[in-house]
Amino acid sequence: MTAHQSSAPKTLYDKIWDAHLVDQQPDGTCLIYIDRHLVHEVTSPQAFEGLRMTGRTVRAPGRTIAVPDHNVPTTEGRDKHIDNEESRIQVDALDRNARDFGIHYYPVSDIRQGIVHIVGPEQGWTLPGMTVVCGDSHTATHGAFGALAHGIGTSEVEHVLATQTLIQKKSKNMRVEITGKLRPGVTAKDITLAVIGKIGTAGGTGHVIEYCGEAIRDLSMEGRMTVCNMAIEGGARAGLIAPDEKTFDYVMGRPHAPKGAAWEAALAWWKTLHSDEGAQWDKVITIRAEDIEPVVTWGTSPEDVLPITGAVPAPESFSGGKVGAAQRSLDYMGLKPGTKLTDIPIHAVFIGSCTNGRIEDLRAAAAVLKGRKLAPGVRGMVVPGSGLVRAQAEEEGLAQIFVDAGFEWRLAGCSMCLAMNPDQLAPGERCAATSNRNFEGRQGRGGRTHLMSPAMAAAAGVTGRLADVRELMAPA
Amino acid sequence: MDKFTTLTGIAAPLPLVNIDTDMIIPKQYLKTIQRTGLGKGLFDEMRYDDQGNEIADFVLNQPAYRNAEILVAGDNFGCGSSREHAPWALLDFGIRCVISTSFADIFYNNCFKNGVLPVVLPQEAVDHLMEDARKGANARISVDLEAQTVSASDGTVFGFEIDPFKKHCLLNGLDDIGLTLEKVSAIDVFEAQAKTQYPWV
Repeated sequence: MTAHQSSAPKTLYDKIWDAHLVDQQPDGTCLIYIDRHLVHEVTSPQAFEGLRMTGRTVRAPGRTIAVPDHNVPTTEGRDKHIDNEESRIQVDALDRNARDFGIHYYPVSDIRQGIVHIVGPEQGWTLPGMTVVCGDSHTATHGAFGALAHGIGTSEVEHVLATQTLIQKKSKNMRVEITGKLRPGVTAKDITLAVIGKIGTAGGTGHVIEYCGEAIRDLSMEGRMTVCNMAIEGGARAGLIAPDEKTFDYVMGRPHAPKGAAWEAALAWWKTLHSDEGAQWDKVITIRAEDIEPVVTWGTSPEDVLPITGAVPAPESFSGGKVGAAQRSLDYMGLKPGTKLTDIPIHAVFIGSCTNGRIEDLRAAAAVLKGRKLAPGVRGMVVPGSGLVRAQAEEEGLAQIFVDAGFEWRLAGCSMCLAMNPDQLAPGERCAATSNRNFEGRQGRGGRTHLMSPAMAAAAGVTGRLADVRELMAPA
Repeated sequence: MDKFTTLTGIAAPLPLVNIDTDMIIPKQYLKTIQRTGLGKGLFDEMRYDDQGNEIADFVLNQPAYRNAEILVAGDNFGCGSSREHAPWALLDFGIRCVISTSFADIFYNNCFKNGVLPVVLPQEAVDHLMEDARKGANARISVDLEAQTVSASDGTVFGFEIDPFKKHCLLNGLDDIGLTLEKVSAIDVFEAQAKTQYPWV
């Protein structure tokens, strides 16, 4: 509230933090109010069970939104029956908990169901200036709206359910500026991967990152969500982008966005949500957009990023503990130093996830795939981020392009991003993926993941190896 | 939650950087609706082969480390997902303390909710303790939360920093929710104020 505010210049993070401060102890331990709590089936059952065991209830069911996404199958018939018993038990538990505690719920039978981080913005639950949490590290996605959004563990899920607050200490402020304009073929995914490549997976630890600069302003809301989504892969719990006209245009008219006089009042506040001139930053990184090329990952950490024009690095080119880690990565990935990235053959393409499962991502992939087919022996899967994204893609004719190219056209969910459902890689299978993590076993035990943008994944699919999408693009 | 006061035990060396939560507890174990029983899945893909047999080389499969209570690991331990199953799995296996040069934020936080102590020490100290841990059952490491120290088997003592509130909760095994509910009137006041200031929320 305003009572806590001083006149010193503030960052966007400072402003949102101050507006949600319920209590502050002398040692800096704070109680922060939570405006939106998103819930999914995997990290919530123990939290609801905790409430039952202690006789507690959900303090603000109207601020709590649940949707099953992580382990739901993405094939037809899932609204009738889920084969895997454990998955079924978790989804049933979410059904029951949503009903028992009276929280908003989008079951798999609802067209609005999808990945929780796609559903929140789509339905207008996510608004500028809010605090948003979810038992999922990619909650950072919602920062694209100028909302302070981050992942929490199950104990904290229970804490938010019971109290609508979180115990926190304030993070540090980090500014990541992307100056200038992106070159053709370079996307939001390349920006976010390039940043992680530069700062490392622990570069943002203890910080909230605010992304700014011309290249960020130029991004659509979808692109901004992609950038913020992977803040966690750079170690930062939250990423933020100051809201602007694009944000307001996106939000306006969404089912849970304010209307009429409330809209005007909200807008007046939202327009103050930017970092002030002279605000203090603990860390500043600047990257020229012109220097960013289409990138892919070569290893098993999201920081293992290289331009597609590069070659697999030698472990000795690193220092400290990274030498051993790089060797382990190469062994796992089945790669030899010096191999050109564009010489690496792939077996599978996965297009989807909370990073790249929105309509713009599907359009970008379809633009490359139109009139082309998956290379022989390559299997492809497109998993829209929500039922509404899926419907829109069908309406725009994108689904047909994917099907004609030889892709499977699936129902919405997290799917092969984390392979909790039946969508998995086989050992040794190599995948061009638009998701966010290339960890060992992430997409299936022994599976090998290369992260990249949707357009690059599509290019890899038709080429049968990692490929430079610029070579497939029509001349401007 | 169990209190954490002091601990003297065998430490297992895991000298890898960026050990992520998918490594600590892979996805197939996330389908549980309980907090217990995850110890069998701890480090699954490093610990078992495709047939589910133990991989003899892996540190926790070696006789000296089967009862390890401390883990000494490389930089950025616990990066990746928010899954609290990671500390649940460590705890269920019997590990109450992880020592590293740095931890990912969400994992670090999750440890404190479960009576697991993550200790951050400088590289030289972690290197020293890593060497100590390699001696297996011949070298026990001691951790004293009240004194904020870790002692190697040769008597070298390393001091560590910890947030006073987190320390207090861990030493006393306190339930966060109970503590917050003592401030329920402050939450009520905040909500009432927010309703007039930000009515659209």
